[in-house]
Amino acid sequence: MKLIFEKSVQGRRCSILPTCDVPPTEMPSSLKRETAPMLPQMSETDVSRHYTELCKHVHGVNCGFYPLGSCTMKYNPRIDEEMASLPGFTSIHPLAPESSVAGCIEVLETAKKYLCEITGMDGMTFQPAAGAHGEFTGVLLIKQYHDSRGDQKRTKIIVPDSAHGTNPATAAMCGYQVVNIPSAPDGCVDLNALRAVLGEDTAGLMLTNPNTVGIFDENIPEITRLVHEAGGLCYYDGANLNAVMGVVRPGDMGFDCVHLNLHKTFATPHGGGGPGAGAVGCKSFLVPFLPHSALMEEEGHLQVRSFMGNFLVVVRALTYLLTLGREGISEAAKNAVLNANYLMARIKGTFTPAFDRICMHEFVLDLSEYKKATGVSALDVAKSLIDYGMHPPTMYFPLIVHEALMLEPTETESKETLDWAAEVFRTLYELGYKDPGYMHEAPHAAQIGRPDEVKAARTPVLRYTRS
Amino acid sequence: MTINPDLQYTKSHEWIRMDGDIAVIGISDFAQDALGDLVFVNLPEIGDNVTAGESFGDVESVKAVSDLISPVTGTVCEINEELLDAPEMLNNDPYGAWIIKVNNIDGAEDLLDPAAYEEHCASEA
Repeated sequence: MKLIFEKSVQGRRCSILPTCDVPPTEMPSSLKRETAPMLPQMSETDVSRHYTELCKHVHGVNCGFYPLGSCTMKYNPRIDEEMASLPGFTSIHPLAPESSVAGCIEVLETAKKYLCEITGMDGMTFQPAAGAHGEFTGVLLIKQYHDSRGDQKRTKIIVPDSAHGTNPATAAMCGYQVVNIPSAPDGCVDLNALRAVLGEDTAGLMLTNPNTVGIFDENIPEITRLVHEAGGLCYYDGANLNAVMGVVRPGDMGFDCVHLNLHKTFATPHGGGGPGAGAVGCKSFLVPFLPHSALMEEEGHLQVRSFMGNFLVVVRALTYLLTLGREGISEAAKNAVLNANYLMARIKGTFTPAFDRICMHEFVLDLSEYKKATGVSALDVAKSLIDYGMHPPTMYFPLIVHEALMLEPTETESKETLDWAAEVFRTLYELGYKDPGYMHEAPHAAQIGRPDEVKAARTPVLRYTRS
Repeated sequence: MTINPDLQYTKSHEWIRMDGDIAVIGISDFAQDALGDLVFVNLPEIGDNVTAGESFGDVESVKAVSDLISPVTGTVCEINEELLDAPEMLNNDPYGAWIIKVNNIDGAEDLLDPAAYEEHCASEA
């Protein structure tokens, strides 16, 4: 389809401005731009049709099944959006006097109270704008803690190889040396490998739990004990909290701080680049290092974003918490885990799970044997799923599994959808043996065929230029 | 898959050749094949210190980013800047397209000779 710029017709427009009823004032020439902005000129009908056409080119949770592992593409209740659209929340100004935004402050305080209860933490900030930003903030808390004690020798952060890819990046951004440790064959942290790297230079450990292969690490009490014994702190990557919320709490497992992806776990539509909220919770001894907020007037605090962060994401999260309630939150987690295990069990006779054991909210298929037998890769299967109206799972991640497909069905899918998805996987599994060539060229029924991903990465065209 | 008989290898699939006092380092045919089409190469700077067994840069394919592990400890004395614009050279000619050269060498990983490397690849395939 044509870009909106290519549909532009000189002089066409959507609105006719009323006659100016105040005396015109000439703008200083220093403020005037020298070339006209390149804006498309279109009628309202054309704009409406353009965006409706674009809708047909995308796949959202409202279009169909979206088992994109690690991303929790669940359905977000409409009421959360309704509450976030209330004028009392949308028409405020960050510099408004506190007395005029008491309701908004109550939202922040209430959400903080509930989320601290869910995570087992004592304090929280909503300033970080996304998950990785939350990690960055959390590890800075650890750094400030060690600095405040004059403990300068702690230069290393330990990150298991089953962590989210952002964990090592976060540690490096905070100036730490990243120490990778391997997983044991059961997908959990290898305790001997952990013991071998712990020492006086350990600043902390970042644990993604459940980890990227969808496994709840069974050795957590021992892991956090060992790290604390070495003088380090324990960071819980809570991006996968969807699997455990209302059931177990990072604070009870020995973790000192945690980040949550409010946009992912607590009902803000995501995947389009934001806005998100990477709330960071911590134990009381780290609270003094939390970022500055309007309610903490002291000077010298860390500030990672302006004002209170993305406030409307917190409004959605609070609505979600209030509508589900204490029982609903844990039921959502249990259903997420049940759905993942059900789908894994249904697929198991065909594609092979990387770890054949009870999983949490997601699981990983290992297609390396299948590829050897048929020549059909994980990429080919992923592209073929598009023809069935299913969003492909996450591909080639985590890196510790070859030819990986990572599926996260989420709690908002019905048994019928999961049965259908399992049937689609079975059909494709058999097709790979019969007609691998067809799968190499998939998708066949989508808006476009298979793009040249190598060319797109090597010579990307990132913006429209008028030819 | 080919293994160049004149080179030595690491378990993490880099190759190394000694050019007098200078170590020339690249990635093996097995590595480029497993990674797939490379789209980006991240190189160290001349003068950077590298450590045997630790990352000195990374390569990115459509699938994933992978660390490049240095077989030796020393100082980077030359980088192959052509790779920055043409990472596909590593796919097309893995044994011709060197990545970095290292001098002031002070220690090395356990290296594999071509026969041992072939065995290692067979165990991973």
